[in-house]
Amino acid sequence: MSLSLEDVSRIARLSRIAVTADELAATQNQLNRILHLIDEMRAVDTTGIEPMAHAQDVFLRLRDDAATAPDRRAAFQAVAPAVENGLYLVPKVIE
Amino acid sequence: MKTVKELSAALAAGQVSAVELAQDYLARIAALNPRLNAFITVDGEKTLAEARAADAARAAGNAGLLTGVPVAHKDIFCAEGWKTTCGSKMLDNFVSPYDATVIANAKAAGLVTLGRANMDEFAMGSSNENSFYGAVKNPWDLNAVPGGSSGGSAAAVAAGLAPFATGTDTGGSIRQPASFCGITGIKPTYGVVSRYGMIAYASSLDQGGAFAHTAEDCALLLNVMAGFDDKDSTSLEHAKEDYTRDLNQPLAGVKVGLPREYFAEGLAGDVAAAIEAAVTELKKLGATVVDVSLPNTKLAIPSYYVIAPAEASSNLSRFDGVRYGHRAANYDGLADMYEKTRAEGFGWEVKRRILTGTYVLSHGYYDAYYLQAQKIRRIIANDFVAAFKDCDVILGPVAPTTAWNLGEKSDDPVAMYLADIYTLGVNLAGLPALSIPVGFGSNGRPVGLQIIGNYLGEAKMLNVAHQFQQATDWHAKAPIL
Amino acid sequence: MKWEVVIGLEVHTQLTTQSKIFSGASTAFGAAPNTQTAVVDIALPGALPVMNKAAVDKAIQFGLAIGAKINQKSVFARKNYFYPDLPKGYQISQFELPVVEGGAITINVDGVEKVINLTRAHLEEDAGKSVHEDFHGMSGIDLNRAGTPLLEIVSEPEMRSWQEAVAYAKALYSLVTWIGICDGNMQEGSFRCDVNVSVRPEGQQEFGTRREIKNLNSFKFMEQAIKYEVNWQIGEIEEGRKIQQATILFDPDTGETRMMRSKEDAHDYRYFPDPDLPPLVIADEWIERVKATLPELPVAMQARFQSQYGIPAYDATTLTSSKEMAAFFEAVVAAGADAKLASNWIMGDVSATLNREEKTIAESPVSAEALALLIKRVMDNTINNKTAKDVLKKMWESGDSADTIIERDGLKQETDTGAIEAIVDAVLAANPKAIEEYRSGKEKALNALVGQVMKGSGGKANPGMALELLKKKVG
Repeated sequence: MSLSLEDVSRIARLSRIAVTADELAATQNQLNRILHLIDEMRAVDTTGIEPMAHAQDVFLRLRDDAATAPDRRAAFQAVAPAVENGLYLVPKVIE
Repeated sequence: MKTVKELSAALAAGQVSAVELAQDYLARIAALNPRLNAFITVDGEKTLAEARAADAARAAGNAGLLTGVPVAHKDIFCAEGWKTTCGSKMLDNFVSPYDATVIANAKAAGLVTLGRANMDEFAMGSSNENSFYGAVKNPWDLNAVPGGSSGGSAAAVAAGLAPFATGTDTGGSIRQPASFCGITGIKPTYGVVSRYGMIAYASSLDQGGAFAHTAEDCALLLNVMAGFDDKDSTSLEHAKEDYTRDLNQPLAGVKVGLPREYFAEGLAGDVAAAIEAAVTELKKLGATVVDVSLPNTKLAIPSYYVIAPAEASSNLSRFDGVRYGHRAANYDGLADMYEKTRAEGFGWEVKRRILTGTYVLSHGYYDAYYLQAQKIRRIIANDFVAAFKDCDVILGPVAPTTAWNLGEKSDDPVAMYLADIYTLGVNLAGLPALSIPVGFGSNGRPVGLQIIGNYLGEAKMLNVAHQFQQATDWHAKAPIL
Repeated sequence: MKWEVVIGLEVHTQLTTQSKIFSGASTAFGAAPNTQTAVVDIALPGALPVMNKAAVDKAIQFGLAIGAKINQKSVFARKNYFYPDLPKGYQISQFELPVVEGGAITINVDGVEKVINLTRAHLEEDAGKSVHEDFHGMSGIDLNRAGTPLLEIVSEPEMRSWQEAVAYAKALYSLVTWIGICDGNMQEGSFRCDVNVSVRPEGQQEFGTRREIKNLNSFKFMEQAIKYEVNWQIGEIEEGRKIQQATILFDPDTGETRMMRSKEDAHDYRYFPDPDLPPLVIADEWIERVKATLPELPVAMQARFQSQYGIPAYDATTLTSSKEMAAFFEAVVAAGADAKLASNWIMGDVSATLNREEKTIAESPVSAEALALLIKRVMDNTINNKTAKDVLKKMWESGDSADTIIERDGLKQETDTGAIEAIVDAVLAANPKAIEEYRSGKEKALNALVGQVMKGSGGKANPGMALELLKKKVG
């Protein structure tokens, strides 16, 4: 697979990372080199092999339903870029 | 240079106080860190406060084995009140409001934090050149890379700026810098050390571990770090172990497997020679050598470089400039705020991996890339299972070469990825592995031997490493700075 | 051309847990912004999810209640997209392997029953909320709701009218509140419906292009939105335009739907299994355990009410419209009231009064036992039905028992034949014409006189006895 400049722009937008026009070609080149490395794997016959999503074959552990977390808003919001009235502020959300 | 074991004895005997010890190390950091750049944050006041508390605990009769021993933490473990940057501009202003389990365990054991060790940004890299805070230098040769991503931790221990240090290993990030810096480093079985509060790179591969000069010291730190944690759903429900328990077992009858694929084309001659000498030494100690095969070793690279970026692309989505961390100063609307914040906050290696990960998960490519990589992951894990039928531990090189020069591969990410060939399989399989120093290459830079254990086989690996270190003195060699 | 409407629903039900699906933060509604957030809920670096067992319990309860398959292994996946109310940049949901698959719900529209099949139900986390007050041109984000457990219930596209869609939503609502997995508070967003609507020419096999109306939180709005949307789609097609797949919003103020995003801006969610969460495994024992705690379901209860109490199907359905009403009915019968009378009273005066006062049956000032006593006094002829209605009114207001009120107000039926005879004589004397009619064969002529006897007795005469006496005297 080889990515076009449009592909790179689309992926960058999906990743919410601004890639400037100047950076686009170099990014395309590097991503294509990485994809070339990855492509080696695509020819391997993996018929019947169960995909491995976790390093260990374990089951989900469950916790009892209890509200134990204290209110730490002040500590959490001390590191926030913009807050007002306890709310995190972001550029206007339009639905 | 003193080992942790020696420092522990000196503290217990009252020959030195935790405060004096902390002061010694802080002084050494002040003198040498400007040349090495091993630390991102040092805060003498905080360190000394912890040291005073350790001395008070000892005076009150509440000291444990390691109370008052100083430690350096990789800047990936959230520590309340400490700036926790993960080597990124994105978190340059992030003072963590909570403790990682590893940090909480270290505090509970009375360890004294010396500072926050430098690292590749978000643990992505094999050279520690990808840090927002600048490259770390290899203490053996300031022109060489220390390895990555836990390069600051490895360099700090190698240079005597800390007796031991924490690190994380996603594709070799403990073993490779340990190898490049001539020290011992262990990555345990996936699920042994809690990932709670450890900033995620690739969640199914990330695992915390330890650096020290000796295998014995690594075992001591692992005793503190490891243990079941109900805050991490992937933490193994496994009884607490004493990782020092088998250190002194003789090696007679221990079967060590040498995977032929690890000694094939691509391995530098000087590294091969040092590894072979170490194997000879182990045979002298009574170990039996068997030939094993890990036939899909080469596939570990593409499999890893699909799975890790895929998970990373999702894990790093939370860095959006809303609740903490960097936010772009100028933007036009929400989408622009996200895109500028992330473009400014992340370095290029991180961006490349996010973009790669986004692509392999995107519509129409998932089966061909991500699912295929997961299937190959299974094949690789099965290869290890088969090999362990014939041996107790697997030996091989950590990296194809000794440390390369700063800047040598920084423009060529793919070349850097290829150097991870011997370490990635272990993470994909979730196995434990360690690196011990076994000599020097032709350029005078250290060579590490990788010892891979079976699942939960840490004590066996440490036993082999310790017996080797009882018979040799590579681990006692120190760079002149 | 005749058009057929095709509707499928995706319903988000908030599960009634104390804590969030992946953290120990409280799920209580209405707290100050961001005071119910743990490290996971604001997605601090290094934070990890740990699954709430109660959420799984409730998913199993639901699966059992609709006769679905509970998957022994289900997988949590990450749904990736950027939005300020989604702190991790992904929502933990289930994609390929949901916890519940299949199942069905029976609806009833104008007396016609129809089975609606369900595709699946899966566990996921809720997002936070954007507060659109003006903070200097910015929006505020409150993450208290982020991480509230949701069961997303997806139906097959089997509904063919807005009536069926609303009936399905109501039946689902009644079921999730009946089994107690959802508090049903629609104003607070506990039960939110996404409605997929398409139209096709009658007889056509393949579906038309659908548009998804997001986030309807009232049955009234659902009705309005579907009606509007169906008309709009038919209008578009009849004017030669094609329907484009889209996500739309309903505006209750205008009664219209409007575009939120087109297919072109549809997200590429990049689902993949969440590496932080191993597969959820549900053993048979667990399912059995939940089954044992599951309350009797409405359908089973309706059948039992008919056979056990001999009441009609209509009564049984009405009485099982909520668990509380069914329990109230059974308590009234248990306290000695006749089942059909109990049913009449509950569906009649009791429900009417409750509705008027906007109360639920649980808040009724007249207890089941008190109502039973009143009904018994009708049964043993102490009072007649008409008096009983007045007595109930007084019981409602005063809280006094039926016996107290009957005694105090002297409402006992007059059963003393002598006293009634005098009144009957007087009434007959005043109505010779009625007597003649009766004698000439017009049986009903005397019935009209019963009312006068009742009036003469101040309502206390037993109407049956009065009629008998009238007949005897004239006969």
